[in-house]
Parts: sequence; structure tokens; C-alpha cells
Amino acid sequence: MKNLYKFICILSMVIVCNNLYAQVDPLIERVSQKLALVNDYEAEGVMKTDVSFIKASLGKVKVYFKKPNLLKVKKEGGISLLPKGGVSVTINSLLNTKQYIALPAGTQEYKGKTLKVIKLVPTDEKLDWVISTLWIDPTDALVYKTFTTTKENGSYEITMEYGNYVSMGLPSKIIFAFNTKDYKLPNGITMEFGDDDPAAKQKALKNKKGTIEIKYTNYIINKGVPSSIF
Amino acid sequence: MKQIISIELYKIFRRPRTYIAFGAIAALIMVIQFGLKMDGQSYAAFLMKDINDTLTVDGKVLNGYLICYILLQLLLVHVPLLVALIAADMISGEANLGTLRLLYTTPYSRTQFVIGKFIAASIYTIVLLIWLAFLALFVSMFIFGTDDLFLMKSNYVVLIQETDVLWRYVGAFVFASFALLTVTSLGFLMSSISNNSIGPIVGTMSAIVFFTILSTLNIPLFATIKPYLFTTHMNNWKEFFDIQVNENNEAIYGTILNVAKIKNSIIVLSLHILLFVTASVVITKRKDILS
Repeated sequence: MKNLYKFICILSMVIVCNNLYAQVDPLIERVSQKLALVNDYEAEGVMKTDVSFIKASLGKVKVYFKKPNLLKVKKEGGISLLPKGGVSVTINSLLNTKQYIALPAGTQEYKGKTLKVIKLVPTDEKLDWVISTLWIDPTDALVYKTFTTTKENGSYEITMEYGNYVSMGLPSKIIFAFNTKDYKLPNGITMEFGDDDPAAKQKALKNKKGTIEIKYTNYIINKGVPSSIF
Repeated sequence: MKQIISIELYKIFRRPRTYIAFGAIAALIMVIQFGLKMDGQSYAAFLMKDINDTLTVDGKVLNGYLICYILLQLLLVHVPLLVALIAADMISGEANLGTLRLLYTTPYSRTQFVIGKFIAASIYTIVLLIWLAFLALFVSMFIFGTDDLFLMKSNYVVLIQETDVLWRYVGAFVFASFALLTVTSLGFLMSSISNNSIGPIVGTMSAIVFFTILSTLNIPLFATIKPYLFTTHMNNWKEFFDIQVNENNEAIYGTILNVAKIKNSIIVLSLHILLFVTASVVITKRKDILS
């Protein structure tokens, strides 16, 4: 009888633990359901590069997405600069894999909204990211901010604003923030000898965070995007 | 005056030495273009090492505009030496051959001769610059195609839109003409002093090398004289390729970061030209022709 009691207790604990592990956060589930509405899209937008050591003007871009996590940003003619590996670490790439544990981490105020903070820890070692924090509005299941630490490409903060395509969970503006390393080329290569005050110039351009901002003007959703684009 | 200029131009373009500069420029440019065409990607990868650590650059970085910039960086330092070959021989060459005495017996004044010869030497310089522009810019555009200009400076990167580049090169070449005409006038001044060809050519080249070194040294002792040296200003054609940014760090299309610096350099170079040519006229007028 005692052994049977012990067995039932252990069995119950195993079932409870297993359920806890398998349980998906309902809010994450709602976000995933919203994202599932979009199989693919082609979006037009304007990209702004703000990196301390780069002087670049605004450029028109096309953003292509295809499930589960294919994403490509293409500038319409010209040279584009994108954070290394950062653009691909989007909500889709985080959630569509389904290989994570969601851990609630309280709530936070963000731009007048009370957002629920959820931390995602990947269960698949092969995934590029190590941990990701999502700031989600529980009322409309929209992700407003993510902070992801990757294995090889540092950390990325992605903030989103929503507009006309809010029902599909697609942002009208997205900002990728990333850490930049110092940039320096020897004067012997650039032939910039006798510069007025290179030290001051370098000081002004150092130690800043880089951002890539894309303002979406138009989305074409679920009309098919060829795989060759990616 | 027209007659003097046309005769002087005839003399310049009849000399085989004149074509050394054209040949040297063509050979140098073609070698660099060939090298970059064959192995340009590894050169670009080397330049972009720091950028590639943070960013992925998508597009044709190694295009005709960047190649032209690289070529100008390398060549505009050395072309003055080629200009000196002709300019520094304009008067002293005549003195060396003994034809200067004969020239001055004609009804034209010495001043007319000096000005005429200087204009002819200037035309040669401009033609050389056009040749350089044709090979460095247009041939590079043809071989490598065009795209945005992704310019890697010592401390920062400038990304200029494709449609915003060509006028900058026009400006840069016009600026370069002032720089090279300063060298022409310096060579001319040297030529008016000497009675042999080699001395003024070597003298002009030495002066360029000497002042270039002074201009490039970041030693506080020389900081006070640097703004007055023509060599300090000769490289400021690069200012055409630096762009203004607004408070959001967005590059402003069609702008130049430091217009005042370009204007100042053009004024300094023009004053040098004026000074050297005037000095040449004065020296020639007072010169006792003994050869």
C-alpha cells in the first residue's frame, strides 16, 4: 500500500512537470496564431541607416518574407547596409520554430502601454539565438519590442510600431538596434595624410549604437513569394 | 598672343617627352584597373574588414565610381611630377637651346611670350587632366559599371547615391585643374630662373615632394605654415566626396560637408598661380639673355 502511494505520487509529479514543460504561454500562442495568418509578404519601405561611422541617405527597400522564417531586405538599386545576421532574427524566426520554453517575467510600461514580458529560451542547441525577451501587449497580442542575444552576432533590439496592417500583426515601422564595433582604416590606405584633427573626428564617431529603421509603406500579403529571392 | 599660344602648343605636342605623361598615366590606370578587375573582391574585403564585423553590405561596392576615386587618390599625388616635365622646360628649354634670344627679337614683348607660354603649358596640363579623367572615370564606369559610391575614409564611411556622384567628379576635376595649374606655374617660375632644362624639372619635383611632406606631417611646429603651402590644398578635391548629415544622421543628397574649405583652397591655389606667374614675368623681363 505504501509503495502504491509512492508510485502514485511520483507519477503525479512526472505528469505535472511534463505538462508544465509542454505548456505554451497562452499569450505567445495568441501571437503565434496572429503570425500564422501571414504565409508570405512582399513589403515596400524606406530604410534609414544610423550607424555612427556611416553617412548614408534614406533608401527605398523591398522586404520579402516567407514562412517559416525566410526574410530578405533588398534595396532598390544601390548599396544596402544591414546588421550582420540581425535582420533574420525576427519574431517569426523566434516563434515559428516552436523550439523554445516561454518564461513569464512580469510586466513593464512601454510608451503608455502595460506590456507583458516573456523570455524565450531555445530548446534546440542548433538555433542561433541564446535567449530572447519579448514585450507583448496582452490586449491585442502584438509584440512591441524584442531583445535577442545570438551566439555569434551579438545582441539585437527590435522595436516595432503598428499601423494599417495591425490585424495581421505586421508592423508599419521596425527598428533594429545593434552594437557596432569601432571602424578605422590606416591613413596609408585611405591616403588621408595631414588631416586637420583626426582624433577629434574619431572621438565624435565612436561608441554609439547602430540602428536600421524600416518604415513600411505597403504590404502585399499571401500572394506568393518565390524562394529564389532568398 | 593666339599665334604664340598655337606655336607653343605645336612645340609641346611635337616633343616625344610630352607623351611620356600620357603613356605613364594610361599604363598606371590600366594596370590598376586590370588588378582590381581580377582580384578586386579581396581588396574590397580587406578594406571592409571592420565593417563586415558589424554589417552585411549588399550591392556592387567595387564599381566604376569607387575605382575612379582609388585611382585619383593614387595618381593626383604623382601627376604633378609629370606636369613638371613640360612646364619646367618651357623657358629654360629655349634658353638651353639658345633660341630664347631669337624669340625676344620678335615684335612680341617678353610679357606676351611668358603669358603665351604659360597658357600653352596650362592647356597641356588640362588636356592631361582630361585624359586622366577619361581613363579613370569613364573607362572604369565602362569596365566596372556604376552603383552607389561606398567610400571608406580613415574614420568613417560615406555612402553617396549613384545619381549624386557624377557632379562631384566634375567638381573634383575642376578643383584638380587648379592644383595642377599651380604646379605648372611653379615649374614655369623655376624655368624662368634657369638656363638649362634639367634643373627646373628636378627643382619643381623636389619642391613638390618637400612641401608635400611638410603638409602631411602632423607636427605642431609646421601647423602654422601648413595653411599657406599649396601642397596642403592640392588634395582637397576629396572634400567633394564628403556629405552633410542632418540631426538624424541622414546624409543630405547633393550636399558637400565643407564648401568653405574648397573655396579657401581654390583661393590659396589661385593666389599661388598668380604669384608664380607674376614672378616669372618679372624675372624674365629683367633677365639678361646670355645663352
